[in-house]
Amino acid sequence: MILRNALFTWGLVLAVPVCAVSAEGDLAKNLAIVRGVGVKGEGHAKATAAAKALAQSSAAELPAILAAMDGCSVLAENWLRGIAEGVAQKQVGGKLPVAELEKFLAQTKHSPRARRLAYEFVAGVDDSAEKRLIPTLLNDPSLELRRDAVALALADAAKVEDKKAAQAAFHKAFSAARDNDQIKAAADKLKELGETVDLATHYGFLQTWQIIGPFDNTGDKGWDVAYPPEAKVDLVAKYPGLKGEIGWKEATGKDDFGMIDLTKVLDKHKGAIAYASTEFISEKDQQVDLRLGSYNAHKIWLNGEELTANHVYHAGQQIDQYLTQGKMKKGKNAILLKICQNEQTEAWAQSWQFQFRICDTIGTAILSQDRPSAKTAFLPAIRR
Amino acid sequence: MKRFLLLAFAVLLLPLFTAADWLQFRGSDQTSLALDSKLALKYSPEQNLAWKAPLVGKGVSGPIVVGNRIFVTASNGANKQDHLHVLAFDMESGKRLWKREFWATGRCFHHPTSSVAAPTPASDGKRIFAFYSSNDLACLDLEGNLLWYRGLAHDYPKAGNDVGMSSSPLVVGETVIVQVENQGDSFAAGINTATGETRWRVQRPAGANWASPAALRGKDGKQLVLLQSGNGLTAHDPLTGEQKWKYDAGCSSIPSPTTVGNRIYLPANGLTALDVEDGATAANIAWDSIKLGGENASPVISGGKVFALRKDVLSGGDEKTGTELWQVRLKGRFWATPVVAGGHVYCVNQDGQCFVIKPGDEKGELVSTMELGDAILGSPAVAGNALLIRSDKFLYKIVP
Repeated sequence: MILRNALFTWGLVLAVPVCAVSAEGDLAKNLAIVRGVGVKGEGHAKATAAAKALAQSSAAELPAILAAMDGCSVLAENWLRGIAEGVAQKQVGGKLPVAELEKFLAQTKHSPRARRLAYEFVAGVDDSAEKRLIPTLLNDPSLELRRDAVALALADAAKVEDKKAAQAAFHKAFSAARDNDQIKAAADKLKELGETVDLATHYGFLQTWQIIGPFDNTGDKGWDVAYPPEAKVDLVAKYPGLKGEIGWKEATGKDDFGMIDLTKVLDKHKGAIAYASTEFISEKDQQVDLRLGSYNAHKIWLNGEELTANHVYHAGQQIDQYLTQGKMKKGKNAILLKICQNEQTEAWAQSWQFQFRICDTIGTAILSQDRPSAKTAFLPAIRR
Repeated sequence: MKRFLLLAFAVLLLPLFTAADWLQFRGSDQTSLALDSKLALKYSPEQNLAWKAPLVGKGVSGPIVVGNRIFVTASNGANKQDHLHVLAFDMESGKRLWKREFWATGRCFHHPTSSVAAPTPASDGKRIFAFYSSNDLACLDLEGNLLWYRGLAHDYPKAGNDVGMSSSPLVVGETVIVQVENQGDSFAAGINTATGETRWRVQRPAGANWASPAALRGKDGKQLVLLQSGNGLTAHDPLTGEQKWKYDAGCSSIPSPTTVGNRIYLPANGLTALDVEDGATAANIAWDSIKLGGENASPVISGGKVFALRKDVLSGGDEKTGTELWQVRLKGRFWATPVVAGGHVYCVNQDGQCFVIKPGDEKGELVSTMELGDAILGSPAVAGNALLIRSDKFLYKIVP
């Protein structure tokens, strides 16, 4: 972060005319201080003073404030957003550097959130901005800009009367969609038009698993117990389980949203633990998001490395509820999940299930190279 | 000279807020009382709605008032409410003066009836402390300038509850206290109001809890912070977090404790009245009453009576003995804590009906029902003779 900040400061200072170096130097210095805020209040003493100084910035300095979001932490992003909004609001008559902000928006090298904010500033003073800019952002790295573009694409597709043209239009929206509601809306329309839609593949949900359980989790004591699969996944091995000898079972999910219901694979158990193992063939070395939804406490391993552990029971389940990042190597990768069930007796505390997918940071599916071939013509477009 | 110094000292001790302010959850002193206010006793949009301002997002937080401004939090987003808003409105006109938006750094899942904008914001009269279910804490001045920003779940990534969190922050002196209790990283913290730096942080029981911190104001002027969890109530020094005493009891996890002088009304065993002498190391039970236990709303004490909302019933009890005196059957489900103003109790249910009850010694009388027709879960605020209510969509100013 220190090196990035130094590069950021000098980059900004060198980018401005000599006569403005002093003021711009202060701007860069203060932005670097704000960018440096860390966890647990680190850097606040200086950052509060820098934020106060930055609040006096001119509208012309907005692009520089937005650019300071590039590569910074989510905390600093919020500091900078608060400062930028304050500066924008103070401009009498809403006079903002629209051309510069549009130029900033067009440069996808900038932070997706900063670009979105640039768009909002422009749209706030220019009624034509949505119509001019949004249609160009269908595959934008900013999820929010993309969302607006997908919404427009869905609306346009709904106006198409010719069936084939409508299918093509909804395919386009579906391929670009990353938000659940838009994915579902596009999929529903495609189904109405007679298409087969493979939602699980679009999301990248893993559907084929080897499952073993139940191991003992009476009194939640199994959470800290490393049962044999944590040391080695041996698909022919048998182990003593909660209610007798247990072995691995294959489970192939059919659910659109990748749900694997352990009560159907292993029966209903309380105070129990299951392990789910699968292999993922990666096209290349790459950083990926591993995203899990589950009512149950869980741990996730990638190639033997524990990536995350969430000791939380029955606090709801959502797609992408728990996100963690991991490094896939080219070729075969081993994924292991530990899914724990406690002994709550309430009707709402009986679920023992999970849904798990691999994707990039904006939710674009990353598919295992041995995944069965796509069922719809447009899926290769999202295959990574 | 001595008199001058005393006067100067007294002036320095004067709070930055006025009686018309409503600085935090349940009011500036957390009693939910505005005894000198004369609110509308009935409602018709033509006669009693001063204005109705649209909100940019959902929220079950209550409004707060500083001077002639009302501050409201809201949240929105495509598939999760990860956009956090702070809104400022002009009390007179209802005009939105400014809006600030942030990106949540913590978890944004919640029950459909709740919102990421669940905790009511707080103010010290100079600054707004906007807290969210995602455990983001933004500090702005009254003009909307960002002073500092903390992501407490960014600091402690296991802090969160996917049912939603709703504990509201509390300002005591120069510390804003947050209670972040959940199954993961469970803690309470005192944050420096000026810098956003952590003064103290204490571990709390690992379990879901939605109760808010409360202040116990001693006769000696010293304050303690009360933190209620499932297994009891602890009292802490607001500047250091040092625990002064603990009262073991099975407490509710939603309603919060209310204090009047040296007495604490604790949602435990129904409702438990505790007395604490200044400087004491323990709290002593005065009475407890199953019948005066509230469901979601916190207890309100006024005119020698305790008011408790349980399901669709408002109970009035004797403050001295804990004896239930009467019940009034209302309608619907209640999440908001009632306010007492001008001799009446105002109870707002989640269907947007506000019941006005005249509490007597032997019975309570339902005077009227205001029909707002909008889902309301946040506790109302009172400023002067105005009742301020927020729904998911609007901020209402209701006047006589």
